[in-house]
Amino acid sequence: MTLAEYRGRGGAEVPREDQHVAEAAHVEKHPGPLEYAQIGSILALITGVEVAIYYLGLAHTLLVVGLMVLSATKFSMVVLWFMHLKFDHRLFSTMFILGFILALSVFTVALATVGGKLV
Amino acid sequence: MATEWPQTRKSGLADALRGAREMADQHYGIWSWIATVDHKRIGIMYGVTAFIFFLTGGIEALLLRTQLIVPHAGILDADQYNRILTMHGTTMVFLVIMPLSATFFNLMIPLMIGARDVAFPRLNAFSYWVFLAGGIFLNVSFFTKNVFSGELGAPDCGWTCYSTLSSKAFSPGHGVDFWALGVQILGIASLASGFNFIVTILNMRAPGMTLFRMPLFVWMTLVTSFLLIFAMPVIAVALFELIFDRLFNANFFNPDKGGNPLLWQHMFWLFGHPEVYILILPAMGIVSEILPTFSRKPLFGYPFVVFSGIAIGFMSWGVWVHHMYTTGLGTVANSAFGISTILIGVPTGVKVLNWMATLWGGSLNLKAPMMFAVGFVAMFTIGGLSGVTHSVVPSDYQQQDTYYVVAHFHYVLFGGAIFALFAGFYYWVPKFTGKLLDDRLGQIHFWLMLIGFNLTFFPMHISGLLGMPRRISTYSEGQGWDFWNLLSTIGAFTIATSILVFIINFIYSLRRGEAAGHDPWDGRTLEWTIPSPPPHYNFEKIPVVHARDPFWHEKYTEDAEGRPIPVVAGAANGHEGEAHEDPGGHGIHMPSPSYFPLIAALGFPIMATGLIYDYALVAVGAAVLFVGIYGWALEPATEGEEA
Amino acid sequence: MAQAVGTAHLETSTGLDNRKLLMWLFLGSECLFFGSLIAAYLLYRDRSVTGPYPGDLFDIPFTSVSAFVLLMSSVSMVLALAAIQRGNVRGMQIWLFTTATLGLLFLSGQAFEFTEFNHEGLSLSTNLFGTTFFVLTGFHGAHVTIGVLILLSLFTVSLQGRIQQKDSLNIELAGLYWHFVDIVWIVIFTLVYLIQP
Repeated sequence: MTLAEYRGRGGAEVPREDQHVAEAAHVEKHPGPLEYAQIGSILALITGVEVAIYYLGLAHTLLVVGLMVLSATKFSMVVLWFMHLKFDHRLFSTMFILGFILALSVFTVALATVGGKLV
Repeated sequence: MATEWPQTRKSGLADALRGAREMADQHYGIWSWIATVDHKRIGIMYGVTAFIFFLTGGIEALLLRTQLIVPHAGILDADQYNRILTMHGTTMVFLVIMPLSATFFNLMIPLMIGARDVAFPRLNAFSYWVFLAGGIFLNVSFFTKNVFSGELGAPDCGWTCYSTLSSKAFSPGHGVDFWALGVQILGIASLASGFNFIVTILNMRAPGMTLFRMPLFVWMTLVTSFLLIFAMPVIAVALFELIFDRLFNANFFNPDKGGNPLLWQHMFWLFGHPEVYILILPAMGIVSEILPTFSRKPLFGYPFVVFSGIAIGFMSWGVWVHHMYTTGLGTVANSAFGISTILIGVPTGVKVLNWMATLWGGSLNLKAPMMFAVGFVAMFTIGGLSGVTHSVVPSDYQQQDTYYVVAHFHYVLFGGAIFALFAGFYYWVPKFTGKLLDDRLGQIHFWLMLIGFNLTFFPMHISGLLGMPRRISTYSEGQGWDFWNLLSTIGAFTIATSILVFIINFIYSLRRGEAAGHDPWDGRTLEWTIPSPPPHYNFEKIPVVHARDPFWHEKYTEDAEGRPIPVVAGAANGHEGEAHEDPGGHGIHMPSPSYFPLIAALGFPIMATGLIYDYALVAVGAAVLFVGIYGWALEPATEGEEA
Repeated sequence: MAQAVGTAHLETSTGLDNRKLLMWLFLGSECLFFGSLIAAYLLYRDRSVTGPYPGDLFDIPFTSVSAFVLLMSSVSMVLALAAIQRGNVRGMQIWLFTTATLGLLFLSGQAFEFTEFNHEGLSLSTNLFGTTFFVLTGFHGAHVTIGVLILLSLFTVSLQGRIQQKDSLNIELAGLYWHFVDIVWIVIFTLVYLIQP
């Protein structure tokens, strides 16, 4: 029998790993072109702020923290909305976050060990 | 992406290509192998190729051991020794153990999860051809100097190729370039394979096969594949850095411009430590299949073995500096990594205990697969114990760069991985040849190899602690090393003899072996439900899975004391309508064969050769790669086929 | 292989499309690739023995504009996807072409910047800054180039009418790759250009 037939017969043993039930709801919450344009404007704005604070001549630590927060925000917005991770199955997020966190951790430790400076 | 050849193309070309594909579709002749996307054929090609490289690496080992049989033996000079040494290590890691694991991934994963093929059959073929290309490219290096006067062009930097030895200044000539580019090409194959098997395992399981009903080998393949996709990019960057330093005068490892040669070691071992778990986890998976089958008991503590495998995967990222204790990183770094390294022994120990508990109280069937599997447990444990002594920083200071390290990694990689891979061979290859291997010859192979292996590598613990350094082409008498080296060389030739027995067994069995039938071992998992050899579509009907060890569950139920009782034939153990007949697989569409994976794969060695000898070739190689990729993307797809 | 909009229930164990899963795995693995290159840059950040140094060469206004261009290309990319998911092939083609153009604009900016730096004495072999900067941004640029090729290929194929609403997954996959290349640049812009030694 096919997977569909197996699921159709009410196979209680099989946990439903797909979320097509949830997906029906998501189609309504799906961002449209207007929302994308709005996010684009915010991204442009944040970039402007980043450049502005670069020229502000802040204390180095303050500059660094500010820039990190701003670019992390841009990064997250693109990933969550443009790459649709906010609305998609959790497994995609897991794959990406796994790689991202691994890279972040491993290279932070590596740089610390070799005496490199993150900032 | 498209589903039709474009109508605007000249029909002659389209017709010719269609004709070629039809020829390849017939399952016969060399073209059907060249264009195959069938996981079973790809697995066979991997296995044959990897075994040839095993013999190559083995001959290299025999040359090394012959040179070391007595002080100043004069068989190889220092230059030749370094090159053969480097090729032995590089070959065994990248061209033998990894591809032999890939052999079993390919042969077994779809069968064990009840699928007809992998998620991306053409990507699968691509992995194989890239592996073959990389292996040939690496070995061609031998011949780039005047081989007939004993000048070998192979790399001579050791399989870890540390900086600054690897720099243009200290390694002029092309050897290191061949090494870096060759390993880079091989990395592409591994990466593609990793992606393919993760998607296959997550997405193509038969109905009812939840993650916790998967065979252990499938779990270990999943963890290994994640390690591959995350570790290979790191070595890719390291290799690019080395290549740019050598070819374009970059400064990644150049101390004159402020570069730090230690960066190479960090990058290499950041990859390298997950890599050694990539080498061993599949082997552990194989053993976790064989021990239960030949003890007629389920794997003891299945969830613990699964979680230990996952834990090992995670923790493997946090221990790499233990290869660098002696490089002066300081007490904080050394202590932190010392602790993490000691800790990684824990999940491994959990697995060993669970394997032993599986055997305990079992009805043991001591055929060849079981002998090799038990041998694995014993030899790997010894290797693991010497590993624990390495994890302790002060003792590692004594052991680093001595033969003690050589002993350790051969115990885990040969006594471990290779023994397990041979176990898998005796266990699973009959499924594909339809013939069992002769068990008496298998026993002789096992005992000769076990004795030879221990004779070769156990003395290295001693010579290492007596101060014999690694990677030396000869030594002087009177240091207390002579006797141990003599033993090791005798052991090496004993191993070689055992391999000869194996080869004879294999060839003999192909012709005269006892028919295997569906289920020669009274197996537990889905691969034993189909004929040997399997039809090209694997399963007539995709099975429905109701339990872990689904086939065992179908064959046996339990009495009041938990002993297995065969289910009465025809009773189907409560799951009617799911019998395993095979009337011929009509109407099952399998993915179409394709030449484009091979074409695309060819692009890489051409580009690599161009980088060393003539940049024009780089453009040619890139063009070949592009043609391959575009052809692949635009190729008419079979319904239901993915990339 | 073709996928209905809104992701119909698939015959896979997770219900997810094989190729989409593959793309996300690939992007996860690319984090390690770019992570290594960024780490090398950060390690060597103020260790160049001789100049030129970042402060001597960087033209922040110029690079800000090119960062903005790449960001906007992500907007046009997602608009292309939104269009094809609603069955608007023409709209998708326009936005795809726009994305590719913006990508090419970004690449020209990079090419200009590289040549400028080169004229001022910075090459791969000059110092650590030259090495790590050109290799990091060079690999990023190579990724953008491949992205542009993918976009233009999709555009060309769509001109033959071979991308319809049911084929929107192809655009989605190209978009995921493109956005990833954009977010790598977000990281590089901050860590390399804005945070200087």
